Amino acid sequence: MHPGIIFFLVILGSVLFHIFTPWYWTDIASNWGGMDDTITLTFWIGGGVFVAVCLFMVYCVLKFSYKKDRKAEYKPEDKKLEKILTWATTLGVVALLAPGLVIWNQYVSVPKNAVEVDVMAWQWGWQYRLAGEDGKLGTTQVVNINDDNPFGINLDDPFGQDDIMIQSDVINLENNKPVKILLRSVDVLHNWYVPQFRSKMDAVPGIVTYYWFEPNKIGEYEVLCAEYCGVGHYAMRGGVEVQSKEDYDKWISEQETFSDLIAKQEKLELENKKIVKNNNFLLNKDIYKEE
Amino acid sequence: MSDEYENKTGYQAQSSESITSSSIGSGVATDIDYVRPAENAEQDLYHGHSFITKWIFCQDAKVIGVQYFLLATFTGVIGLVLSWLMRLQLGFPGAAGFMTAEHYYQFVTMHGMIMVVYFLTALFLGGFGNYLIPLMVGARDMVFPYLNMVSFWSFFVAVAVLLASFFVPGGPTGSGWTLYPPQAILEGTPGSGMGIILMCVSLILFVAGFTMGGLNYLITILQARTRGMTLMRMPLTVWGIFTATVLAMLAFPALLVGSLMMMLDKLLATSFFMPTILKAGEILEYGGGSPILFQHLFWFFGHPEVYIVALPAFGIVSDLISVHSRKNIFGYRMMVWAIVGIGALSFFVWAHHMYVSGMNPWFGFFFATTTLIIAVPTAMKVYNWILTLWRGNIRLNVVMLWCLGFIVTFVNGGITGIFLGNVSVDVPLSDTYFVVAHFHMVMGIAPLMVIMGAVYHWFPLVAGRFLNETLGKWHFWLTFLGAYSIYFPMHYLGFIGVPRRYFEMYDSPYMTSAVGMNEFISTAAFIVGAAQFILIFNIIKTLKTGKPAGHNPWQANSLEWLTPSVPPEHGNWGEKLPVVHRWPYDFSVPGSREDFITQTTPPSDVKDSKVEKT
Repeated sequence: MHPGIIFFLVILGSVLFHIFTPWYWTDIASNWGGMDDTITLTFWIGGGVFVAVCLFMVYCVLKFSYKKDRKAEYKPEDKKLEKILTWATTLGVVALLAPGLVIWNQYVSVPKNAVEVDVMAWQWGWQYRLAGEDGKLGTTQVVNINDDNPFGINLDDPFGQDDIMIQSDVINLENNKPVKILLRSVDVLHNWYVPQFRSKMDAVPGIVTYYWFEPNKIGEYEVLCAEYCGVGHYAMRGGVEVQSKEDYDKWISEQETFSDLIAKQEKLELENKKIVKNNNFLLNKDIYKEE
Repeated sequence: MSDEYENKTGYQAQSSESITSSSIGSGVATDIDYVRPAENAEQDLYHGHSFITKWIFCQDAKVIGVQYFLLATFTGVIGLVLSWLMRLQLGFPGAAGFMTAEHYYQFVTMHGMIMVVYFLTALFLGGFGNYLIPLMVGARDMVFPYLNMVSFWSFFVAVAVLLASFFVPGGPTGSGWTLYPPQAILEGTPGSGMGIILMCVSLILFVAGFTMGGLNYLITILQARTRGMTLMRMPLTVWGIFTATVLAMLAFPALLVGSLMMMLDKLLATSFFMPTILKAGEILEYGGGSPILFQHLFWFFGHPEVYIVALPAFGIVSDLISVHSRKNIFGYRMMVWAIVGIGALSFFVWAHHMYVSGMNPWFGFFFATTTLIIAVPTAMKVYNWILTLWRGNIRLNVVMLWCLGFIVTFVNGGITGIFLGNVSVDVPLSDTYFVVAHFHMVMGIAPLMVIMGAVYHWFPLVAGRFLNETLGKWHFWLTFLGAYSIYFPMHYLGFIGVPRRYFEMYDSPYMTSAVGMNEFISTAAFIVGAAQFILIFNIIKTLKTGKPAGHNPWQANSLEWLTPSVPPEHGNWGEKLPVVHRWPYDFSVPGSREDFITQTTPPSDVKDSKVEKT
């Protein structure tokens, strides 16, 4: 078979694969449809260029393959053609870049009414924190983290006391309500990624990073870690449940706040102390008995 | 006139002014063959006499080039085997019983680092650079032959240290080829002890060795060109290697300091890249450092690195296409400026690898713009390659097939680069298999196509015999079709949202839908890998029994084919250096008898031909 024909079949196969592929993006469940649209646009323009360039190549290969008595054209430069091609390419690039930048502008401008969610990552797991009634998250520090204070909230920060803590790798979100994901990590890089939401950002130890989206489809989604974080990376999963307002309000009312947790811990400690005292008492009694 | 200058010891270099003024009298206007005399005396060459000085600690750039080529290929084969093991795990989980997640990540890391740095960079610059630069610019050797020899042996030690990390406790580092801290030096990542230290040491040795070689390439090209070889008469191969070397000299220091700082963090507990970290319930002794700083350093090296590999490939493929289309490269000056422009721009795009890294998001606007600007000169190069084919007289031999394969894979990978460079499009696709498919297509397969084309093209020069064409065609079609069927469908894994660097997919429904595709990709990868052994067999076979090539077997114009003996001997040019009268692309000039006019042909020999550009 003539090599040109095989190359042609490769191009044809690529186009057919793209049209008939069963593997394509997951159904979108957030406001970032614009990203999908830009990808589609890039597919049309970029794919068009790819097909055009390759078909032109195939044509040349078929038409101008070696003949002993033919001489190739001698034309070192064609300024006009080069100019046309440069400007056409520039135009195409601008057409792709412009929508990309517009959407990026939306991506980095978080709406005022977005609900802040503190996503805390470690090797290898997630947990979440929401602002309490005061609507503000308390400040945190890695050095504060211990069993009594799993999020490392600064104890002297009044905003922190009513924070709602979700010590689970699944978080519930309200449908059609923008969310600002605040990412932090206590050890290495991580990335909180839900393919259906299209958006992602690294969690970087030492700083708080953010991104936002608005879930718009009720359902359960899987969270994947998208930044390599060591040997457990592939298994670092979490979940998101997008709920209607009523379900969400019900869920959130059942969650524990930081002050609840402190109270519970104190109670527990008190009980522990009692038990210890009791034990000691019993132990002592036993000892006395033996003596 | 062209023969007036004879090399004599004690020759005093004249200033260019005195040369011009004295030569006016000898009739510049009348003699069409006039070439300016040399400005520098010829260097003395070191002649090795024993086996060791001739073949091992050798100072001849051609032998050093072959040494680089062989060692880079050796590490490349290791990288290939590692990729087989990875694909075995991804396509058929559990099929390799010994494969744990630790192993998998170590293989991913070593595969990436080996292929990018120790295979592609070393092969293009150390291998082709050493062999071709002196021959193509008409020099007898590199200007610093001893340094050149030390350069190769530094590379050798760097490879040895890298491979030694397979045998230390904990094994090689498994931190991904990007070596991102903090995980690279913390427990939880395989090889976070000796492994990462040896990796850093090896990279430092590589950079040191490369700097010695790089100085040689630059100064040889700038200072040791033969008479008449102006910069704008150099083959594009030399332009590509030259610009890539400039990039490397500016980019590698960032990697060097990054590696040094990481080693200090690891060994002396400094905190360049290490913030306060809570690990296993304990606060570590670090504090105040920035992990993103390392990413900036790494990608300030890492992005130019892409072009360090790509620019020599661009240059070489231009020459191959031109020779085998029997046609001048279309728009030579545009091609040169595109190479230089891409090289310059490549230093202003690094953070497009970091759109979702947590750096200030406003950087995205700047880096998306610069990244997409690079698409323009790159596209011009592609147009010029296909316009070179247009109305050519195309020999469809193995060399040309590799070039065509390069065009298809490079355009494909370039287009997907526009997806990833365009900041908001990158958000859903970054850290997924789309990225893996993209960079393998554009900087793995495409440059590999050029390497293979170059091997088939220059093997007759290096060995004096042709490689077997039938075996070559098998090699090409298996590699091209196989590699394309690995990486083309892989983009769609990225659309689904499958993240990179996953040892296993678990039971996520949209990921398991791709099990069949993964099996297919893995099978293709085994075939493509195995197909490379056809080349090794071909080389071994034809070294003894191949068809003798003789002088200038491809009817090319550039100087490397015009040496008095094939393969060229030590000193390259025998008694006298060649004198250059034209650019290397005078193919099919109207009025000339043959369809090529070599660079050394004086105008008086081809009076009837209507040469436009010299």
